Amino acid sequence: MSLIPRPYRVVDRREETHDTVTFVLDPAGEPVDVFAPGQFAMLYAFGVGEIPVSLSRAPGGRRLTHTVRAVGAVSRALCGLTAGAFVGVRGPFGTPWDIEAARGRDLLVIGGGIGLAPLRPLIDTVLAQPYRFGRLNVLAGARTPDDLLFKDEFPAWGKPFSAVTVDRPSDDWGGRVGVVTTLVHEARFRPGRTIAFLCGPEVMIRATARELIRRGVRPSHVQVSLERTMRCATGHCGHCQLGPLLLCRDGPVVGYDLAEPLLTVREL
Amino acid sequence: MMDLARDASFPAATRIFEEGGEADRFWIIRSGTVALDVHVPGRGRAVVETIGTGDLLGWSWLCPPRQWHLGAETRTPVVAWEFDAPAVRALCVERPALGLALVTLVAETIGDRLRATRTRLLDLYGPSTGGPASCL
Ligand SMILES: Cc1cc2nc3c(=O)[nH]c(=O)nc-3n(C[C@H](O)[C@H](O)[C@H](O)COP(=O)(O)OP(=O)(O)OC[C@H]3O[C@@H](n4cnc5c(N)ncnc54)[C@H](O)[C@@H]3O)c2cc1C
Ligand code: FES
Repeated sequence: MSLIPRPYRVVDRREETHDTVTFVLDPAGEPVDVFAPGQFAMLYAFGVGEIPVSLSRAPGGRRLTHTVRAVGAVSRALCGLTAGAFVGVRGPFGTPWDIEAARGRDLLVIGGGIGLAPLRPLIDTVLAQPYRFGRLNVLAGARTPDDLLFKDEFPAWGKPFSAVTVDRPSDDWGGRVGVVTTLVHEARFRPGRTIAFLCGPEVMIRATARELIRRGVRPSHVQVSLERTMRCATGHCGHCQLGPLLLCRDGPVVGYDLAEPLLTVREL
Repeated sequence: MMDLARDASFPAATRIFEEGGEADRFWIIRSGTVALDVHVPGRGRAVVETIGTGDLLGWSWLCPPRQWHLGAETRTPVVAWEFDAPAVRALCVERPALGLALVTLVAETIGDRLRATRTRLLDLYGPSTGGPASCL
């Protein structure tokens, strides 16, 4: 794990939506260690600041792919970088998705908004070895049709089921309208033999996890990726604390059996 | 209650009911997707939610004034069980235990939709602070 930022060069940049950009980064010197799906890097926009960003494509060699949504100073600076620009990378940090736990089981991969980005490397990994897993269901929610990420990839994802739903349809939207939980009953999974992977706004995670548990999925079989403000990412500063957990070290991926009682405790 | 059910099917793009119309039936969708919409002056029909397999279509038949609050249009071909609302209400009066069970089920559906609507009101995925220019 690299604790000081290593220089990486932007070699590809793709605008996913009006405020979200995917970058491919190549090391400009010594690369950081290989990431696992679900882990995150601290990306440093020189002169502006550093933020946690998950891997958004399964690791391929020394290359890193990240998808960033512009919400504030640092993410906006990262989104503004063009091919040839440099960023600093620390990592890999945090716990990965426990994909091994899904071996031979059905998968429910459920993402909301930018939450689909950290789930994509998991989907890549499952699709690369379909014989090891049961049925793959990919469900995604977004604010509007224009905010949907990775639209071109959706048809190849859900085997047998993938679907998207939006909160606010445009007049020409012919797809589903409603919260992502409304897609769950159409997914094809055996609750007792299912592992779910959830990432998105915390309210969405709680509502979705409750729905899955109501349908018979075990809380420990629901893996959620949680976000808190991060600074050091090495378990020292305490910024990312959630109850007894430091999410930079003990998360971001946590079993819902562990997360649920902590998420219902109000922050001080 | 299933003795009162009739098979119904609708091709895609069929208007099943219109806002303000008499709510004299309801459906349980066996397959397909239905969009619920509301008329917005100057804009036409705006879809507020879609529902699908296993969902209850229509609950305005339960309480006065028994008029549809929304319109409904099929997005795909739909197969459903159709129920005659006055007959179901009469059965509920005759057999209060069944009536209570049915009202509880409908209340659960209404509760689910209310919770989903409240979640959407929170605008969780949120607009970014800027819009296009903020990113570039
Ligand atoms: C483990 C982890 C993985 C992450 N992965 C990704 C990723 O793959 N892609 C990505 O785009 N973002 C990701 N994030 C979120 C990202 O780190 C934040 O958006 C970023 O820190 C915001 O910093 P900023 O300086 O741009 O904005 P700030 O100035 O810090 O914040 C600007 C505004 O955005 C809001 N905001 C800040 N953080 C978040 C957040 N996490 N979610 C929603 N609103 C927020 C603030 O409340 C404020 O209103 C991840 C966060 C964590 C903890
Ligand atoms: S970010 Fe410093 S302890 Fe987690």
